[in-house]
Amino acid sequence: MNAQRAAWWFLAPALLVLGVFFLLPVLAALGLSLTDYDLYALADIRHLRFVALGNYWDLLHQPKFWSALGHTFYFVLVGVPLSIMVSLGAALLLHSPLARCKPFFRTALFAPVVTTVAAVALVWRYIFNTKYGMANYVLGAVGIHPVDWLGDPHWAMPTIILFAVWKNFGYNMIIFLAGLQAIPGDLYEAARIDGASPLQQFRHITLPMLTPTLLMVSILTVSGYFQLFAEPYVMTEGGPLQSTTSVLYLMYNEGFRWWNFGTASAVAFLLFVIMFAFTALMLRVARRGAAA
Amino acid sequence: MNPRMAKAIINGLLIGGAVVALFPLLWMLSVSFMHPGEASALPPPLLPAHATWRNYEELFTRAGMGRYLLNSLAISGAITVLSLACNLMAGYAFAKLRFHGRERLFQGLLGMLVIPAQVAMLPLFLMLKYMGLVNSYAAVIVPAMATAFGIFLVRQYARSIPDELMEAARIDGAGELRIFTQIVLPLLKPIMVTLAIYTFLTAWNDFMWPLIALTGQEHYTLPIGLASLAREHAQDSELMMAGSVVTVIPVLALFLAMQRYYIEGLLLGSVKG
Repeated sequence: MNAQRAAWWFLAPALLVLGVFFLLPVLAALGLSLTDYDLYALADIRHLRFVALGNYWDLLHQPKFWSALGHTFYFVLVGVPLSIMVSLGAALLLHSPLARCKPFFRTALFAPVVTTVAAVALVWRYIFNTKYGMANYVLGAVGIHPVDWLGDPHWAMPTIILFAVWKNFGYNMIIFLAGLQAIPGDLYEAARIDGASPLQQFRHITLPMLTPTLLMVSILTVSGYFQLFAEPYVMTEGGPLQSTTSVLYLMYNEGFRWWNFGTASAVAFLLFVIMFAFTALMLRVARRGAAA
Repeated sequence: MNPRMAKAIINGLLIGGAVVALFPLLWMLSVSFMHPGEASALPPPLLPAHATWRNYEELFTRAGMGRYLLNSLAISGAITVLSLACNLMAGYAFAKLRFHGRERLFQGLLGMLVIPAQVAMLPLFLMLKYMGLVNSYAAVIVPAMATAFGIFLVRQYARSIPDELMEAARIDGAGELRIFTQIVLPLLKPIMVTLAIYTFLTAWNDFMWPLIALTGQEHYTLPIGLASLAREHAQDSELMMAGSVVTVIPVLALFLAMQRYYIEGLLLGSVKG
């Protein structure tokens, strides 16, 4: 009885914080998304009207929502596979018995992960400066004309993807490295005796043994990449021509620039639903793959 | 392929990777010591011709960077201490104390991990506005005082503590609070260190919520202050690089000093699957 009461005392602070400052707002967001809460309602709550699914209906008929969703999917569908491939490649290199100075390389490759997005995004903005940036200078040396990286709507998103891959690959690299170290060495031993080439070993031992890690990493990375915001905020302010405005950027603009809290909440919920559906789809495909 | 060549290729690729990973950081440091305008030249200079502290002086005397640095330290420090306390207590309760509905509550907690934090931001802002807390340190600190992820991490770790230790203390008549502070906490030290570093880095680097909640310059954290400076001084590359150095160095140093714990935590956290 006493232990029971003690348990609740131990839980109380955390549950209170999570309940009041997370769970309650999430539920309130659902309610808010069904109203026309805006600047007038902010001034006087009597202006608030219930609009049911009106915000969702409007959003689904607005090009700006679809283009923000498109940019986000572009970032996720190109950025996540690229990021995971780089992470896996780096982990394989670090895991190789031939690699020297492993602790140094591991730390060096991981360093970008702990840096502050807002700060290193500025560094990248400078490196990809059209006139004085190092990127164009190096490309110029091999005869490629300068690219307007962050000023051209076709190039802005690829540049942000490159930045995100650079910033994030070290994280998954560490997870892959742990996964690789958990694969029993005698599997490779046996394969070598049977005459399997390194490529065959990778395809028939490493990849299948890494599948659970790969699935987990994919799910975590996808949900992280769907939340794209700080990178375009600092590097491009969502431009040029809105080409890097992500769904969260749209939510930020609707909510905290135009004070359309109803619409912004609907954007947030749509993003949540899309992320959830995407994750569920990935799990389903993985399960079917495992069964086959 | 002969082993010597394989070795050369693998180490060559690693060196190339390390250069790509570190070059932007090293160049940031180098440009931060250049005179205004020096970095806007072709070919892009790798090292300052005459190194100067001028940009740093400018940042701290005129751009208010000192204030942002103190704000960042205060906010990240407070979040680390307070969330550590809440998460440790809750994680321990979930792992070791028996109470009604424990499993179901824990399942609910795991469910919260799926919801992106941004969904809560709009109502949270309104709530804090009605409470008069927008543009205060509390607006950033209070919502971060407990995290589902932190509780989960502590709970996984605390499960390995043998029940006999607590039972013995209970028989000796020790109260639950005393058991927690004198027996459990010392055993949780490794996870405490890991969680503290992780929380501090996350709080320091956080961008979206502080951007929303801190509306006045006097409360800006470094990332927010830097982003707002960058909008005013888009062309002053040298000044911006110095600002980036000030923002990044504290977390990078913390990481380098405590690397082992940080990476352990990363692996612990990712087993949740």
